[in-house]
Amino acid sequence: MTLFLGFVIVVALLVVWAIALYNRFVTLRNQVLNGWKQIDVQLKRRHDLIPNLVNTVKGYMEFEQDTLLKVISARNAAASAKTVGEAAEKESILTSALGKFFALAENYPTLKANENVRQLQEELSSTENKIGFARQFYNDIATKFNIALQVFPGNLIAGMFGFQAAELFEIQDAAERTVPNVDLSLKK
Amino acid sequence: MATAPRNIYEQQAANRRNTVLVMAVFTLFVGLLGLGFDVFILGFPGDEYGVDFPYATVIALVIGTGSALWSLQVGAKSVLASSTAVPILHGDPRYQQLSNVVDEMSIASGLQRPALYLIADPDPNAFATGKDPEHASIAVTQGLLDQMSRDELQAVIAHEMSHVRNYDIRLMTVVAALLGAVALLSEFGLRSMRFGALGGKKSSSRKGGGGIVLLVLWLIALVLAPLVSRLLAMAVSRQREYLADASGAELTRNPAALASALQKIDAAIEPTRLIKKGTAQLCIGDPLGAAANDSEGFLADLFATHPPMRNRITLLKAMAYQQTGVIRG
Repeated sequence: MTLFLGFVIVVALLVVWAIALYNRFVTLRNQVLNGWKQIDVQLKRRHDLIPNLVNTVKGYMEFEQDTLLKVISARNAAASAKTVGEAAEKESILTSALGKFFALAENYPTLKANENVRQLQEELSSTENKIGFARQFYNDIATKFNIALQVFPGNLIAGMFGFQAAELFEIQDAAERTVPNVDLSLKK
Repeated sequence: MATAPRNIYEQQAANRRNTVLVMAVFTLFVGLLGLGFDVFILGFPGDEYGVDFPYATVIALVIGTGSALWSLQVGAKSVLASSTAVPILHGDPRYQQLSNVVDEMSIASGLQRPALYLIADPDPNAFATGKDPEHASIAVTQGLLDQMSRDELQAVIAHEMSHVRNYDIRLMTVVAALLGAVALLSEFGLRSMRFGALGGKKSSSRKGGGGIVLLVLWLIALVLAPLVSRLLAMAVSRQREYLADASGAELTRNPAALASALQKIDAAIEPTRLIKKGTAQLCIGDPLGAAANDSEGFLADLFATHPPMRNRITLLKAMAYQQTGVIRG
């Protein structure tokens, strides 16, 4: 009788432990998804800001139509990317197009003096930073999730319920890896 | 409190524990005050003139518990009000950069966006307050906005966000609110002693030696309380600055920017006049100004709310060096 009771208690404890672990995995997985969405939100914000910026500077930079067109087409390509890999590649092309644009903008003092441009500039710089920080946060939380899935004995429960490890955000383009910082700020 | 916690989870737990401890000690102090009032003025325990129930002690304990809990709820508001901080509305174009930087840091730390406040003081300084990350506020001075580059501003905000995430703000806010109360109560107790001494002489001579020992202990507690509580606040704050510097730099991945921000804060020798002394332990740089930021040695250590600026800057530069291999400024 006592043996049977002991057995029941052990099984009950195991079930409670499995439920707690399962819930922890679900919570972490949602945090990971939320982290991924944050990156999307910031990328969309970048796509929204670029047409504004181009429209504002058009008048000042007549001679740089080519650069402006490149920025616009890079933006459109990035906005219409379907897969994650494609998006990462197009976004990095957009980043370097923007970098070139802001380097050229240095040559237009009237442009730099424009309050409207200055504000758009700050918004874009901040959005670039936010994309970076959102990726950083996503990678941190995804790593935490992956470790929780892989360590023993959590991996038993994770395998039982089919939890998949989250993919880390890596820089796809080798060129971007070598030039990590694109400084978008206009020198005062 | 003696050993430095190793990571933010330990730090959060330690801060929650210490907040309860501070509130409990405060309540006991108020209770002690009440007990003295009972014994020396009301004549407890009862003789033919005295009362036979410690009324004042019970009332004091209730008031003490109440104000300790109250300090947790409204401490942040009173700290902000005492430094004349005014709220900055989200989306105000004048503070676009500050607002963006705060958004960036709340994304990097995964925390809710704190409320922003501005203090119209030309000295660069900043502090965070609130009872938890969901009810946090960050206040910056006009001087900080005027003197910092974008990266430096980001570094300062990251330092403050670390205080928010570590629950430093809860402990420091409660300490700030209760420090003032302790000073006030001690003053009040000593005054009422002088008044009670005339009537109390009879009762203490009646009770003999035991009464005098109690009286002396009570007086010592009253006199020392404000000093001890201030020393405690300072010790608690000093440890937290190094950790907030380190985890702030981890958020921005840019320790060099925080080092140069601290250098600028250090170089501004003027005190931050609008930030009151009781709030000092909350700030990124000591609001008393250069004298307090730079002092070293045992006594200076004992009374400083912040570790010497030089040490903090050196540590951050070492971090930047490890990261980039470049020694700057």
